Amino acid sequence: MLGVIIGVASVILLVSIGSGLRTLVTGELQGLGSNLLLVVPGELEVSRGGPAAGGGALGSFTTSKIKEEDVQKVRQNVSGIVEAVGVAYAGSSIRFADERKSIQIIGTTPEFPDVRNTSVAAGVFFSTVDVSKASRVVVLGSTVAEDLFGTSREGIDSRVIIGDVRYTVIGILEKTGGFGQTSVDDQVIVPITTLRQQFNLDNISFIYIQVERAQDIPMVTRDVQTVLAARLGEDEFTIIDQKEILSTVSNILNTLTLALGGIAAISLLVGGIGIMNIMLVSVTERTREIGLRKAVGATPEVILMQFLTEAVVLSVGGGIMGILVGVAGSLLVGRFITTTVNLWAIIVAFGVSAAVGIIFGVMPARRASRLSPIEALRYE
Amino acid sequence: MRAGSKALIELVNVSKRYKVGEHTINALDNVSLTVKEGEFVSITGPSGSGKSTLMHIIGLLDTPTVGSVIFEGEDISQLTESKLAQIRNKKLGFVFQQFNLLERTTALENVALPLLYSEIPEREMNEQALKALQSVGLLEHAQHFANQLSGGQQQRVAIARALVNNPKVLLADEPTGNLDSQSTREIVEILKNLNKQGRTIIIVTHESDIARKAKRAIRLKDGKIIR
Repeated sequence: MLGVIIGVASVILLVSIGSGLRTLVTGELQGLGSNLLLVVPGELEVSRGGPAAGGGALGSFTTSKIKEEDVQKVRQNVSGIVEAVGVAYAGSSIRFADERKSIQIIGTTPEFPDVRNTSVAAGVFFSTVDVSKASRVVVLGSTVAEDLFGTSREGIDSRVIIGDVRYTVIGILEKTGGFGQTSVDDQVIVPITTLRQQFNLDNISFIYIQVERAQDIPMVTRDVQTVLAARLGEDEFTIIDQKEILSTVSNILNTLTLALGGIAAISLLVGGIGIMNIMLVSVTERTREIGLRKAVGATPEVILMQFLTEAVVLSVGGGIMGILVGVAGSLLVGRFITTTVNLWAIIVAFGVSAAVGIIFGVMPARRASRLSPIEALRYE
Repeated sequence: MRAGSKALIELVNVSKRYKVGEHTINALDNVSLTVKEGEFVSITGPSGSGKSTLMHIIGLLDTPTVGSVIFEGEDISQLTESKLAQIRNKKLGFVFQQFNLLERTTALENVALPLLYSEIPEREMNEQALKALQSVGLLEHAQHFANQLSGGQQQRVAIARALVNNPKVLLADEPTGNLDSQSTREIVEILKNLNKQGRTIIIVTHESDIARKAKRAIRLKDGKIIR
């Protein structure tokens, strides 16, 4: 019984972790928006060091040589792009009444929601006028709004203090469901000019470039490279194609899913062998019992029914408990990392272990029920 | 009912052969035998003489290689395995040297086991099983697990189990083989009393003083009846 429970539960848990991870990461990457190019400061090798890109870029924000004029040049000189948006980052804290929170502040222009594939759930995003006047207005990420006001819908027109400057909340972004520091849920957005003033910045951390058509991406990449290289050194910026990241990551994910599937298959196999052994041993051990039952008048059919019933109760009962344990485990693990309970994993794990349990519970019983009572009784 | 009334079990020219590797062993060699209702028969003989095989054939637990077995006038070679199981269930009771009780099962449930395979309603099962336990003096141990009982007590539970269906014949294969002399005396006493009540008893033993308690002694050697 324990064998069945463990076998079924571990398969369900492993598969749910694997598919959860996959859903999470692809969702996160697609949430960035489609046909997106990213210009980051410094020199990066995306195709080789995909996962390291984020870390390297973050490290070089402060030393970025990219400036607002570069964004303007890209906008004016490169064809085939929908939008190019410069983004500057600063770290500070936000305060409302007694609530205080450390956050990352994004300074950008009104095109940001389009490029990042997001929009305001309440209020409005700031306008070009706000940017040119360096207005003290802020758009909150949904998590930030929840933390400050208790819900992600209220708080418009409230006054918050960022650093030591008073801002008016004009909008709250819809929840994107991403994770970590890169999610706009945990960030606040102000006009780039306002950010510059307050934090005395003159560089830009990223340029997001949305390309009109997917097939133009190589061409646009080349053009952006040329335009930026006119002012910046080769090692002062890198252009990253979102698709490249996506495909690198999804390669890793495929391998991961395959590995987890392999582990799950092995644990199912091991569980199956365990169940098989337990059933074989326990039923074979009971050969004498079968002999006795036959001696006192049980027919082979009755014996077979008894053992079939026992095997079904054990396997199905164990399987159901395994499902409960597996699903409960997935939910528990889901508090820390995303898990997706996979119906197919449940069906396959339950089906295989129940079938193995029933087959190897009934098979030896069937053999024993055909022995003469004396042979079965003599069995050691 | 006394010895001399009608024939219960008849063996006609029965032989049983086993193949062991290249050799064929004649466990029983052309044995003919009649057991009548109410008899108390002992089967003795040195080990390997075929006495257990004979008892198994008499008890319809095994079938002969050659010859016929007639139980209450019916040739059992014509019967299906299920039919044989039914006869064993209703008319025969077995007691084995190793007791063959189900461990981790109460004495009462062990005794009631044969009733599971008959058409007796559940209410009567307990009643009959308790009655059988009482007849072997173990009523107060009804709820004890089989493995908590002494050897003598276990064998008495086994006798109660053999009696619970009120069978015509009680077959015992070395019932005292694993017991001390005190328990042996108790078991033999129980068997004698059952015979007095008219039950046919067939006992396989190698202890001559137990064989002497029987009214009829059959001695086997090399698969043949020599007396």
